[in-house]
Amino acid sequence: MTLLSVLGVLSSAIFSGTSLLYTTLGEIIDQRSGIVNLGLEGVMLVSASSGFAVTAITDNPYLGVLVSILAGALMNMILGFLVISRRANQLASGLALMFFGFGLSAWIGRSYVGAKINGLPRISLPGLSNLPVLYSSLFNFDLLIYLVIPAAILVWWLLFHTRWGLGLRAVGENADTAYASGRNPLRIRYQALFVGGLLVGLGAAHLSIAYTMNWTEYMTAGRGFIAVALVIFSKWNPLRAIVGALLFSGAVAFQLLLQSSGIQISPFLLDTIPYILTILVLIAWGGTPKHSAPASLGRVYQGTE
Amino acid sequence: MPKLLPPESHPTLMISMREISKTFPGVVANDRIDLDIYRAEIHALLGENGAGKSTLMKILYGFYRADSGRIFLDGQSLSIQSPHDARLAQIGMVFQDFTLIPAFSVAENIALFLPDLGAVLDIKDVNLRIEQLSARYNLKVNPHAMVSELSIGEQQKVEILKLLLSDARLLILDEPTRVLAPHEVDALFQVLDGLRKDGLAIILITHKINEVMECSDRITVLRRGRVVGTVPQPDASESMLVEMMFEKKLSDVEVSRSVIRKGALQPLLKLHGVYTRSEGLGVNLVDIDLEVCPGEIVGVAGVSGNGQKELGDVVLGMIKCLKGTKNLFGKGVTHHSIQRMRKSGISYIPENPLTMAAAPFMTVLENMAVTKTWRYARQGGLRMDWQAVMTDIENTMKRMGFSLPWYVPARSLSGGNLQRMIIVRELTHDPRLIIASYLTRGLDVQSTIAAHSALIQARENGAGVLLISESLEELFKLSDRLIVLYAGRIVGRFRPKETDSYEIGHLMTGTKVQHDTKS
Repeated sequence: MTLLSVLGVLSSAIFSGTSLLYTTLGEIIDQRSGIVNLGLEGVMLVSASSGFAVTAITDNPYLGVLVSILAGALMNMILGFLVISRRANQLASGLALMFFGFGLSAWIGRSYVGAKINGLPRISLPGLSNLPVLYSSLFNFDLLIYLVIPAAILVWWLLFHTRWGLGLRAVGENADTAYASGRNPLRIRYQALFVGGLLVGLGAAHLSIAYTMNWTEYMTAGRGFIAVALVIFSKWNPLRAIVGALLFSGAVAFQLLLQSSGIQISPFLLDTIPYILTILVLIAWGGTPKHSAPASLGRVYQGTE
Repeated sequence: MPKLLPPESHPTLMISMREISKTFPGVVANDRIDLDIYRAEIHALLGENGAGKSTLMKILYGFYRADSGRIFLDGQSLSIQSPHDARLAQIGMVFQDFTLIPAFSVAENIALFLPDLGAVLDIKDVNLRIEQLSARYNLKVNPHAMVSELSIGEQQKVEILKLLLSDARLLILDEPTRVLAPHEVDALFQVLDGLRKDGLAIILITHKINEVMECSDRITVLRRGRVVGTVPQPDASESMLVEMMFEKKLSDVEVSRSVIRKGALQPLLKLHGVYTRSEGLGVNLVDIDLEVCPGEIVGVAGVSGNGQKELGDVVLGMIKCLKGTKNLFGKGVTHHSIQRMRKSGISYIPENPLTMAAAPFMTVLENMAVTKTWRYARQGGLRMDWQAVMTDIENTMKRMGFSLPWYVPARSLSGGNLQRMIIVRELTHDPRLIIASYLTRGLDVQSTIAAHSALIQARENGAGVLLISESLEELFKLSDRLIVLYAGRIVGRFRPKETDSYEIGHLMTGTKVQHDTKS
């Protein structure tokens, strides 16, 4: 295996891992407040399609990213209405949101399948410009890639070092305690879903506007669910999520490399490597020590009389 | 009854609650309650479980909202709609089930309740403040420790620190000594005394009379949602408080007592030296010796939370015997599964029917069959004989004069109907041993009589009954023998005729111990 192919794997892992990491960060915020958002797949699709459509219409990728972000937050607000205000079951509502997202995104993107856009511009790292083009082109990243690790650190800081984060985590652990401390658990959960939605929107924007620069139906191909798994993998910690996202995307890129290297294993089996890796990690982490998951995760907050 | 008198030294009124009423479905928890709290006093709220103490205080803290009534702070009318409002008025509360978050550190738990917490957490500053205050009141805790690693006593300290740092001037403590060891209780009272000297008002919710006598300035007794009276501590005596807590009502014995041929018959249930360990805030049973013979009702008295639930659970096998043996119908069953116990003819009416005995989203009919599926399964379990279920259940219902709809989900039943459902289910098929916890909770007078006569009928047919109740009246009326549980131990054994509700009340509240309880 050449250095070039190794770097290729790394580059591709970074590209595909970025949207995964943003999405995971969004889900971490949702879940830290006690809400499981299983509708991520649908949220991502609607974000990706609407951002792509706006980019195609206005030829302004930044505007597209903005629309993606807002679409993500709006989709999460639908979930919020169901599970916070209407006290519906979170898993059922999440799945409903996902299927709604499938349909809505297909409708939004129907005229843009195969459309060409100018995606987010790539900015090359200053130190790399004197490398051979073959190498340096691998590391021409767009703005969202540069921002993803700072975003993870920011989310970590917000959750663990601010008053807002403390209240949000308290709602996810025990909403009654948060209420007794003078907070409004309902409002905090809406806030968490909103901010989480913004991040999922960023992830979706990176996928359609920066990475693939393309819209096809169901282009997320399970990323939303992988993000849910990565939240568990990362033990609800944004910093650990960086490693998780990179590891998973690395596995995807690696199996693609194996396929192209002409190895004598069925590509169908190779395709499963990242998922097997995910399952193995979940098994290894299966008996998670106490208190890693937010204690009230998935529970409806009923309020008091 | 003595009038409301302020403590001599600090006669400043702080909080007045007037005409506070609160109803929950089927229960009047507070019925026009008046309460005055002065600065720099320890005010005990005394009463049995269900007397309305916690509800009243949760209203003062804004956790519940009163149906009617007003609250005054320093003579000014105060609207408390949420804990947020209460905290602004410098009222703080430690709930009975602690509200600490186990996954947070001590400092984070305390920071959550700080009124002046900055938008960016300054944990170092929080730690510093914890250390300063804990030195002052001798409440030593490690601010960096996770709450899940702390003992219950340490958690109690954190709760109090949390209130003090949240700048509360009125501290409400709900059963703070419930889970503490005796030396921890002494330490807590010293802390409270120090706080009183600094001018804070403290409300102590409790049912333990000796503690009340030890540390409080004034005592308000509640019974069935009403204030019985308020007495200054020097004017109070234990027997007076017992009298106020427990309504003196001689039981009109209309139940014929069956002759117990003890010794002639083998006991149905025999616990010998049983110990249990429970998770979290539960009570550990200690050295329980208990027999239930055919044709007798053994009453279990006690303030709830003293091991009643654990007693029922350990008999059925829901929690393990750590030590000791359990015999059922003459056979050793210490480690048998719940299904084996149920199959051998034991019935269980637990204390909370909705969460512990019913599947809320299944219909009444399905709930009726769920504990005895082996009886109604046909073709190896591929089919259920619902007709047989109905026939069996209808017989019991006819006998008791109950009627219930078949096809509605259990959760849509009222509390009373739910209780009826469980009673009917558990008394069908002539069980040989019945464990009934709070049998008549939520039932009206007529249904109570029906449930009682069903128990008596079962006894007449030779069944044994373990009747756990918080109503002394019911226990005196039905029991052939009585035991008293306090802090997980049997502290008294009586025949109803040999005792009265005062003696039982003393034992229940831990103010007296009957010697030689191994009868």
